[in-house]
Amino acid sequence: MAGYFSHIINDEHLVISAERTLFWENESTLIVADLHIGKTGHFRKAGIGVPQQVYKDDLHRLLAQILFFKAERLVIAGDLTHSQANKEMDLFRKWRKDFATLDVQLIKGNHDILEDTWYRDADIVVSHHQLLLKKFLFVHDVMTDTIAAQKGQYIFSGHLHPGIVLRGRGRQALRFPCFYFTKEFCVLPAFSRFTGAYLVEPKKGEQVFAVVEKEIVPVKGR
Amino acid sequence: MDLHQSKGYAIVTHWLSSKGYRPFIFQEQAWQHIIHGKSGLVNAPTGCGKTYSVFLGAVIDYINRQEVSKKAASPGLQLLWITPLRALAKDIGRAMEEAIGELNIPWKVGIRNGDTDTAERARQKRQMPEVLIITPESLHLLLAQKGYATIFHSLKIIAVDEWHELIGSKRGVQVELAISRIVNSQCSLSNATAAVWGISATIGNLDEAKEVLLSSLSCWTGVGGDAGVTVKANMDKLIEVESIFPDEIEKYPWAGHLGIKLAHKLIPIIEENRTTLIFINTRGMSETWYQTLLDIHPDLAGSIALHHGSVDMELRTWVEENLHTGKLKAVVCTASLDLGVDFRPVETVIQVGSPKGVARFLQRAGRSGHRPDAISKIYFLPTHSLELAEAAALKNAIRENIIESRVPMLLCYDVLIQYLNTLAISDGFIPETIFKEIKQTYCYRYLQPEEWEQLLHFISAGGKALYQYDDYRKTEIEEGVYKIKSRKIAMRHRLHIGTIVSESMMKVRFISGGYVGVIEEWFISRLEPGDVFTLAGRNLEYVMCKEMTAYVRKSNAKKSKVPSWQGGRMPLSANLGRKLREALDRRSEIKIQKSKPDDIELKVLEPLFELQEKVSHVPKQNELLIEHIETKDGFHLFVYPFEGRLVHEAMAAILAYRISRIRPITFSFAMNDYGFELLSDQPIPVDDTSVYDLFSPDNLLADIQRSVNSTEMAKRKFRDIAVIGGLIFQGMPGEKKKARHLQASASLLFNVFNEYEPDNVLLKQSYQEVLDQQMEEVRLRDMLHRIQRSKIVITFPQQLTPFCFPIKVDSMREDLSSERLEDRVKKMQGSLDQ
Repeated sequence: MAGYFSHIINDEHLVISAERTLFWENESTLIVADLHIGKTGHFRKAGIGVPQQVYKDDLHRLLAQILFFKAERLVIAGDLTHSQANKEMDLFRKWRKDFATLDVQLIKGNHDILEDTWYRDADIVVSHHQLLLKKFLFVHDVMTDTIAAQKGQYIFSGHLHPGIVLRGRGRQALRFPCFYFTKEFCVLPAFSRFTGAYLVEPKKGEQVFAVVEKEIVPVKGR
Repeated sequence: MDLHQSKGYAIVTHWLSSKGYRPFIFQEQAWQHIIHGKSGLVNAPTGCGKTYSVFLGAVIDYINRQEVSKKAASPGLQLLWITPLRALAKDIGRAMEEAIGELNIPWKVGIRNGDTDTAERARQKRQMPEVLIITPESLHLLLAQKGYATIFHSLKIIAVDEWHELIGSKRGVQVELAISRIVNSQCSLSNATAAVWGISATIGNLDEAKEVLLSSLSCWTGVGGDAGVTVKANMDKLIEVESIFPDEIEKYPWAGHLGIKLAHKLIPIIEENRTTLIFINTRGMSETWYQTLLDIHPDLAGSIALHHGSVDMELRTWVEENLHTGKLKAVVCTASLDLGVDFRPVETVIQVGSPKGVARFLQRAGRSGHRPDAISKIYFLPTHSLELAEAAALKNAIRENIIESRVPMLLCYDVLIQYLNTLAISDGFIPETIFKEIKQTYCYRYLQPEEWEQLLHFISAGGKALYQYDDYRKTEIEEGVYKIKSRKIAMRHRLHIGTIVSESMMKVRFISGGYVGVIEEWFISRLEPGDVFTLAGRNLEYVMCKEMTAYVRKSNAKKSKVPSWQGGRMPLSANLGRKLREALDRRSEIKIQKSKPDDIELKVLEPLFELQEKVSHVPKQNELLIEHIETKDGFHLFVYPFEGRLVHEAMAAILAYRISRIRPITFSFAMNDYGFELLSDQPIPVDDTSVYDLFSPDNLLADIQRSVNSTEMAKRKFRDIAVIGGLIFQGMPGEKKKARHLQASASLLFNVFNEYEPDNVLLKQSYQEVLDQQMEEVRLRDMLHRIQRSKIVITFPQQLTPFCFPIKVDSMREDLSSERLEDRVKKMQGSLDQ
């Protein structure tokens, strides 16, 4: 067990990271989903005092991952922001300016409801339904039926916030966020730590990588 | 003024005698204190005229004062009547109105609770009635109204009914806070405060109950400022307890099937009596009982009903009304009928299974024979034979009048946060004033200034934040006054005032129309369409689920799932546990002397005890029994402290941890109210040399933290705390969709706080509640001290013993369906009986 795990899809080398990111080596591309920026701010605006530190920590982790992999491109498979604009998002944009050369691609998710100008100002290239890079197709929600993948294309998506229950001795059961790989697509865990999880049960031939604290634990489907 | 010389007394007693009543001594005592402006506590059981003891006191006091001032204008609110139950309000209001009308006093009685419509609320706002009957929640809603202080300006008496029900809960804390605000706002306006009167059934800590209630009056050194008086009704009702015995004592008892087997023995009791209440401990079992009684005696159809918390409100009201009029022969019910108005036709009560505590048993017994001189009759029906020993213990405890205490809750930050926000909605608050006030309450008297600062910071700045990137908005500070100015936030807060946090519930409706009741969401989520389940005594087939409503149709299927509602798993009380240990001790005397009629249950159980003695040992009062038993499942260690399931659960984990320090070993646990089991695949190193150390009270806290998964337990506690403290919105009508971006589960919030703001007060509170309530730490410690003084008896039985059998069966239950369990238990019993 370690913080990183190698995985090969369509002959492309991917690194699965316990920081809930996926790195595509040949393209120097970092893939994430469901950042939900501004979520703590949205709660706080309504009088719910959630600690903002979790958001700051999310940004720090993203920054550290970009530096660690020396990524040249960031692909966000939807839900970059949580809701309407708030002050928290200013911190993200300020931070974005420090990475002027980084190519940021967003496939719009159901939470991405900001004005077009916001994305333009933040220098983010927006795709509305899908983005094709080489043999990989990026979408937000792979479960919607409007996605038409060509033969040989592998899909990466978010939206689901997949999680898995790992059972231990003595009726212990703990849930962890996970990467969910089927033969046709992969669902990434939500990048933000201020998100819940939807439990998945991998079937035969499917593969799950649970994020257990700072480690990746592979789980085979049954 | 002497009561008997007063005009008010003459008028009221004249009225009473015209109806053929005479005041009881305790009522006159209370009236005397009330006209002297004193505060205090009336200790009286239900059905003894406790309402009149305070209400007529207020009336007499009013009439007396009228003579002097002779003012005819509306006097404003005189009496605030706080009651825990909405259902009680109507009946109390009716009784009061009748008295007021016949006494010709210009008072009006108003009711204020969740059922009060907006028109009535508006009327009350314009003109407060003289008597207001209210729940703790609605009282806090009044405090959320602008200018609330003027409502209470004229108030003379605050009466808190059923204080014993409120005191041990967060609703009791709400009452404390409301009293604190009302008397202090009165103090600052006119230098005179209302008197406070509690009405309580007997509990073990009556003096403390009084102290909690009157705590805020200490600011006021004039009348009522002393410790307050206690008025006792001293009308000990005669209670007759009779156990229902199985024809043959099962030497290997197990919970869950014996009760139903004895159901036929209830039929003659139901038939002989006018009306019978049958108390069942869980909602699930009450469904089963209702069906069973109908199956074995179909004639009961139409005259037997079911009453529990998930039954539709309308149906419940119907049941209650028909109880009043005596149209029902029997009602199968749960704690849902513990409280409430007197049902005079009820002649007999049947308790099925352990009542877990003396107070609860007495309260249920008191539901029958409601005339002051009538005998209350209660039958006890065991769900396994060992429970008969509990009946003997209960009888003994009743005779010695040993009743549980209701421990008041301390330092509930969640309720305080909610209260502060409530004040911030109405007139705003000045921290110095409110801090001084709440320090006078019992709940918050040890609140530290640093904690107070943290709370203020939490509601005004939302805890830790990235200041220039923050939009936090809730309570704002304006010239030193804390206020909530956003109307949206204020409205949301109003909808969430209260401390009762319910499971997420779904409505159940017939697909053809018609409402059945409510049921926990998690139960429905496990059903597949076509599954049949039982609710409100009906077999229902699940069809589909749409927007928080489950649609069903009637089913004739024989088999159905009975929802096992969570909660309601009360542990055996410390009192009853002690009495039970005493009862086992007495049993040895019974053999020698002539048995007392009280202990007939012990006598009947003799075959079981003899077997236990033969294969192991029956522990005396000053002994702790430990059994080592080896079976094909592995090595078992059974321990019998008789301290209730929660303490056993914690103790099992601690013991396992302590043993594993001697030698690496893993265990699985099982427990019931009498004892617990550790099971391992290797011999368990507990013997004479190590055993006292293993049960040592030293390092208890540290060992708890290492052995028990307190984080998981705290996470469960955090849910309620987060709702009360305003971190979770349970959604509101019409805004379901919009509020979705504000939804986060309690466990997610818990994780975020645990990691990023571990010193958050609400988080700390959830850990504290685990210790106080989940582990019953005080009781756990007391038990360990007791064990250190006791003789520990270790036996090595060659087979399972009667004592361990129910625990063993309980541990099998989780893996097996009920039918397979029944078969396996029968097989086990058969092989052991030979």
